[in-house]
Amino acid sequence: MAIEKTYAEINEKIKSGKAVVLTAEEVISLVEEKGITEAARSVDVVTTGTFGAMCSSGVFLNFGHSKPRIRMQKVWLNGVPAYTGIAAVDAYLGATELPEDDPCNNNYPGEFRYGGGHVIQDLVARKQIKLEAVSYGTDCYPRKELETFLTLDDLNEATLFNPRNAYQNYNCAVNLSGRTIYTYMGMLKPNLGNAHYSSAGQLSPLLNDPYFLTIGIGTRIFLGGGVGYVAWNGTQHFPGIQQDSAGKSYGPAGGTLSVIGDLKQMKPNWLVGTSFLGYGATLSVGLGIPIPILNEEVMRCVSVTDRDLYAPIVDYSEAYGQRIPGNLGFASYAELKSGRINLNGREIPTAPLSSYPKAREVAGILKNWIQKGEFLLTEPVKLLPSYKDEIASRTLEIKGI
Amino acid sequence: MSPKKIILRFGKDIADKPIIYCLVRDYDLVINILKANVDQNKEGTMVLELTGEKYDQGLAFLKNQGVRVQPLAEEVFRNEEKCTSCGACTDICPSGALYMERPSMEVKFESDNCIVCQICVKICPVKAMEVRF
Repeated sequence: MAIEKTYAEINEKIKSGKAVVLTAEEVISLVEEKGITEAARSVDVVTTGTFGAMCSSGVFLNFGHSKPRIRMQKVWLNGVPAYTGIAAVDAYLGATELPEDDPCNNNYPGEFRYGGGHVIQDLVARKQIKLEAVSYGTDCYPRKELETFLTLDDLNEATLFNPRNAYQNYNCAVNLSGRTIYTYMGMLKPNLGNAHYSSAGQLSPLLNDPYFLTIGIGTRIFLGGGVGYVAWNGTQHFPGIQQDSAGKSYGPAGGTLSVIGDLKQMKPNWLVGTSFLGYGATLSVGLGIPIPILNEEVMRCVSVTDRDLYAPIVDYSEAYGQRIPGNLGFASYAELKSGRINLNGREIPTAPLSSYPKAREVAGILKNWIQKGEFLLTEPVKLLPSYKDEIASRTLEIKGI
Repeated sequence: MSPKKIILRFGKDIADKPIIYCLVRDYDLVINILKANVDQNKEGTMVLELTGEKYDQGLAFLKNQGVRVQPLAEEVFRNEEKCTSCGACTDICPSGALYMERPSMEVKFESDNCIVCQICVKICPVKAMEVRF
């Protein structure tokens, strides 16, 4: 008989402390030993995790009203501007925002030592933050400028809202040119001197639910060391199955998530300000998603290993920047994690940009929360589009008037 | 007192010259090479202990040959609390002092192998690599 479990049944087991929870790494050996059916019967939840730079991250802040009031037409937090084109004393601080006086790449490669992501980490660490604001003054908001200091606890709301996180899969970046290049995939040495990848592979959330059978709007998740929720699909959500020119399948890619949560209950070791030499500032985010084992199909998905998952190898010296389609081939995460890949008969050293030990830690913490009955699963209000929806990416064409 | 440790940096134009040999032959210096590396750009780095009566003349000879000489007073260390073990440094570090332990995928730092080139200090995304004087 087919195995079918409901969210309610799994939550009852969590509440009574009887739920069997494994991480996406631990479940692999169980499935290899007992098979999909037996594993689906015995396991209730599989936890996933990832920790890496996620540029499309930021926080909505409400500062409260000063006396007299100011509308805050422009604000800066520790010198980093935040977007204020919304209601009075609301702002959105983006992870990649830079101080206006940052030299950027004028002194190439720029260091980008402090940006929006660093402010977010300092906020979560309860450090004092300098707030500056200016406005034009109105009858109802007479003040035209202010300067003060605040901590996260002084704010009314601080809501982390990340429009594009948890990329299902990512490129393996290489450099075909004759000079060192500095990218959001790190420093790439000339003439295929190295290869950088950025995924937790077999532990990664969306590689464990490749067809979006369980993750949807309202899914409760581990976000930044606290609890968060899936708000929507992420921007550039183009879930698909990778293929080479001969039609051979190389597994899932293309999905993204938009996630939300209360910054005040998050932790500074899971929201880390990050700088890429020659590229910019960003935020490294710890994110984990529990996957309810509703049936054997879901178990089959979470039993995926690094040997089954592939990253497309892409040249970042030209093909990426010039938007030239195609790739140089695929490398499995098992190969990538071994420290060397083979490309056209050449051995290339590899290094990751996302932390596998931290991904494992996220999955472990989430497992612990569920085992202790502190974290219940939520049934999505609506599932997200999958490869079946065949969403095609649109490009931006440069047109004359 | 233990001999002074110095760092020699060779540009690619002189990396193929027998400069260290001259230190022994012409200046009668005792050398103990602790680390030596030639990177992908054919630039060499050497950490050594140097002793002998003609120490100063030997150093002058090195500088005259275009070798940059620095005392090994600087040390790179890793802030363990900041390091996230992302791994971005592990294929950049020219001496293998920073490397990935497998299968744990933890980043390890063997400071004895560090040649203080400080490239990790620049590229570490979370600024976990620091210089101490």
